Order: sequence, then C-alpha cells, then structure tokens
Amino acid sequence: MISIQAVSQQYPTGSLLTFADWQVNNGEQWLLLGQSGSGKTTLLHILTGLQKPTSGTVAINGIDLYRLSAKKLDAFRGQHIGIVFQRPHLIKSLNVTENLLLAQSFAGLPTDKKRIEVVLDSLAMAHKKHAYPQALSQGQLQRVTIARAVINKPTLLIADEPTSSLDDKNAAAVLALLKEQSELNQATLVVATHDKRVKDAFNLTYSLA
Amino acid sequence: MNLFKLSWNNIWAKPLNAALNLLLIAFGTAILTVLLLASTQIENKLDKNSKDIDLVVGAKGSPLQLILSSIYYIDFPTGNIPMKEAKKLMKSPFVKRAVPLAMGDNYNGVRIVGTDSNYISLYGLKLQSGQFWKADLEATIGANVAATQNLKIGDKFHGGHGLTEMKDQHDDHTYTVVGILAPQQNVTDNLILTGIGSIWKMHGDEGESNEHHDHEGAADHTHDDDREFTSLLIQYRSPMAVAMFPMMVNQTTNMQAASPAQESTRLFSLIGVGVDTLQWFALLIMFIAAISVFINLYNSLKERSYDLAIMRTLGASKGKLFSLIILEGLILTIIGTLIGIALGHGVLHLIGNYQESSQAKMTGLLFIKEEIYLLIAGLAIGMVAAIIPAVQAYRSNLSNILAKN
Repeated sequence: MISIQAVSQQYPTGSLLTFADWQVNNGEQWLLLGQSGSGKTTLLHILTGLQKPTSGTVAINGIDLYRLSAKKLDAFRGQHIGIVFQRPHLIKSLNVTENLLLAQSFAGLPTDKKRIEVVLDSLAMAHKKHAYPQALSQGQLQRVTIARAVINKPTLLIADEPTSSLDDKNAAAVLALLKEQSELNQATLVVATHDKRVKDAFNLTYSLA
Repeated sequence: MNLFKLSWNNIWAKPLNAALNLLLIAFGTAILTVLLLASTQIENKLDKNSKDIDLVVGAKGSPLQLILSSIYYIDFPTGNIPMKEAKKLMKSPFVKRAVPLAMGDNYNGVRIVGTDSNYISLYGLKLQSGQFWKADLEATIGANVAATQNLKIGDKFHGGHGLTEMKDQHDDHTYTVVGILAPQQNVTDNLILTGIGSIWKMHGDEGESNEHHDHEGAADHTHDDDREFTSLLIQYRSPMAVAMFPMMVNQTTNMQAASPAQESTRLFSLIGVGVDTLQWFALLIMFIAAISVFINLYNSLKERSYDLAIMRTLGASKGKLFSLIILEGLILTIIGTLIGIALGHGVLHLIGNYQESSQAKMTGLLFIKEEIYLLIAGLAIGMVAAIIPAVQAYRSNLSNILAKN
C-alpha cells in the first residue's frame, strides 16, 4: 500500500506545488495523468524516494520513506520499487544478463540467474540474454528495462512516460507488457503519462491539474 | 555482479583511453624501477667489493681512477709504484694487511691480476675446484671466467698485453689454469688471479728487459730494486690510521693514497646528478599520468552521469558509486604500475646483456623490497586522480539528472 499525505514541493524558483493526498492499494493499476510541467516527474521522484519533498509524508508498505537513512532508502528503493524510464537505458559495458545481475546485487539481494531467465522468458527476451545493449533495438531495450524493473519483485512498479515516443501499436504493446508484468509479479503499477491514448487502459486515475 | 567487475568493464569500454593511461603510468614506473634497481645494484657492488679495504695506494693521479682500477677493475691504473717504496708501507705499524697488485695483461678482455696469498684472505676466496696459484704462470680463475671463456683446470692460455683486448700476445709464456673459484658475488668472479712473479715474467723479467712496454699498469723491470707493483690494497690495524696513514703516504712518498669510501661517495655524487634528473623526469611522467587518469575519469563521469543515476535507482548507495569511481582509478594505476615494474626489470636486463664491462654488469632478475613503494605510489596516484570524480559521483543530484532525460 502506498500513501502520500500533504506532500508539497517548493521549487528554487519560488513556485509551490501541492499534491492531493493519494492512496494506492496493493495490486492496483493507476494512471498518473498530467501535462508536461504539471509536476508529474516531481511526484514520481518523490514517490520513489529520489527527491525529498518540502513537506508531507510518503509511505510504502507502512514505511515512511524519508525517515530512512540515505543508505537504507537506496536499498529500499532497489528492493521494493522498480522504475521504467521514458528512455530505455542500460549500462553499455554490461550485457543483458549482467545488467539484471547488477540490479539484483545493487538492491542487496543474492544474485539469482534462474530468476533472470524466468523474467527474460516472460518478456520473450531469453534469446538476447548475452547481447550487449548496442546490439538491441529500441523495443528490445525497453523490454530489458522492464525486466530490470521487475527483477526484484518490487512492491511498486513505476513507469515514466513509457509510451510517449512510440507509435500506437507499440504503445499498446508496452502498456500490455507493463500490466502483465505487474500482475505476474504482484506489483502495484503506476504509469505516469500525458499520453491520451493510454487513458482507456486504466480505471484508476490520479490527475494533476 | 560485483563492483570490481563493473569498474573493470567500464575501463575497457574505452580501450584507447585505458591504454593511454596505462602507457603513461607504466612508462613513468619503468624509469623509476630502472633507476631504483640500477642504483641499488651499483651501490651493492661498490659496497661488496670495497668491504674490507680501507685504503688503496698507487701512483699519483686521479684517486677515483686508482679506486676504479684497483678495486672495481674498471678504469686503467694510474701507473706503477716502486716495490721498494711499497714494501716500506707494507711494514708500517698502521697496516694490518697489505695486498700488492700487479696488472697490465688480459685474456680476451678478462683482467689478469698478479697478487699474493693475502688477496685470498682479504676477499675470503673459496675454491670450486683445483687449487690456488703457487708457482709463476699458474692461474686461478673466477667462476664467471671459467663459464664465459670455457676454461677448465689444466687448460693453457696466453695473456695479451693491455687491459681490454687481445693484441700483442705474450706467446712465449703460457698460463696454466690450476683452480676455479667458487662464485663470490664480487669482482673476483671476473678475474684471473696469478702470482706477481707471473706478471713480472711476462714483462721481461727473464732477459727481455730491452723490450719496451709503454702502457699503463705493467710491472716492467728486471732487478729486484726496480721491480714495481701497480697498487697496494691496505687494511688498517687501528682506526687511528684513518687520520694518519693517508696523510703520511701523500706527503712523504711519491705515491698517493685513496679511500674507497670517499671515492665511492664522490662517484655517486657525480652519477647522482644524472639520476636526479631522470628521477624528476619520471616523476613528471607520473604526474602527467595522474592528470590523464583524472581527465579520463572526469570526462567519462559526465557521459555516465545517467548510468550512475540509474544505478542509484537500482539501489546503489552514494558510497557505492564513490567506490566504483575510486576502484576504476586504482585498477588503472595498479595495472600500469605492475606493467611498469615488469618493463623496468626487462629493460635493465636488456641493458645488462649489452653491457661490455663484466664487472659492472646489471641484472633485471633482482627484486628489491623498495619496489613495494612504487606500487604504493601507484595506488596513491590512482586515489588522488579518482577522488574528485568520485566525490562528484557521490554528490550528483539524482533527481535532476533523471529529470533532464
């Protein structure tokens, strides 16, 4: 369960952004809708422990993120939050399997090659497990970044504008993958987007004005 | 997937940059290694060979030359001294042991040294086989001589005139090898030892006095009174002699006294200028290497800021990223230093192989504990070069970097 309460963010420019309280129950799939500049990325960063809000609390599974020490927060993020960024980005000097191993070890979890095989298989990427990022297409890269986000069975799976640079067909496919993976890994899904095409796929929406 | 593997992969993701850094570090370290090894070996050789010799007495001239020729067998002797005068000194109450030397001949570039049995006890010589020289024209040869000249007991050879090459052979007198020394790790490994009488014989003791040799270092005369030594190696009886004896020799006789310790120090101060220059040069290269590693890490950090941010989102702490960058610096410099040390040994060994003088030959196969300091220096350079990029990685604002992309 995720909840944010009385969260606001003061920008260096002076403008203050206040976010409505939000409660997400386990297993739910949410859409975080907002135009560019509406504070979508800020809210995502606050939600994932990347940026401490000026005020308010963020709790995941009852744990107040910003009361954790910096190191504990990093470890918590690694273990409980999976993030899919708009631009699929892997570490270039490592191959697909190594990138996933890295995600396991950075989260402080034991490395588990079987789990990697299972996840890659579920994304139809098992045949590319030894490939280096530069040898993959954009679509394949995105699949691997999704694999990386779910490899540690996170509580919360967050995707930031996963469809914005894709055509209709691929956007639908990625969305389907995200939903499928969040169900498969019993993760709560939050997809942040300004993409109207995505709207219909979700029942639950949190809108930023 | 550990941090080391990640650092390692990051380094080799840019092979040319990595190679340049390694090259600079290795080059600097190699020069330092050569200097370190060479000066250690020279110092060892100087110390070992002059260990028990307090003073050398010889003909007037350069004291350094006298030491070089009579202790290290490198330079030419300064000339000869009359035996009569030398004998007086040998009987002086200051002197515990005096060893006369007569030089002037060689066999294929190996110096033939005429001396007496005191030489054996002075250097603590031991035999590998055979016996020490007794009669004239018997020779006991050093271990290296036996190996390189292919001489064994019973072999006969002719001495040549001069100290370096075989011209003007003494065909009418033949040396016989009667013994081979055990390896002594000093100059005697590369000498042919014989009685003083042999040298005198070579140089016209037996009715060949009209034949004139005008080269340095030979004992040329027929009559007992006119006989000559090349030099005397002297061990003092008491420390008091240090002050008195050299002054006495230099002021009251026509000979000069030179102290090995003093002259070695002087020699070192002469070589020292060159060594210092090279040392600064090597340090400069190391400094440039450090800057190169720094620039490399700093630039790659800029390109990799997104990578590093992603690692943070995967759970890596700030400290992990700090270690990652430091590790990259350390891996580069340690590998570079190791290559440099190996290179230094190789180069010195190569130099040793091309060296003409067997007495000053150097080897790359010697390892000394000071090389650890080179490794530590390499570590320090890696640390220093990586610290600023590492701190930047530590401090980087995750949210900003991710938001920009």
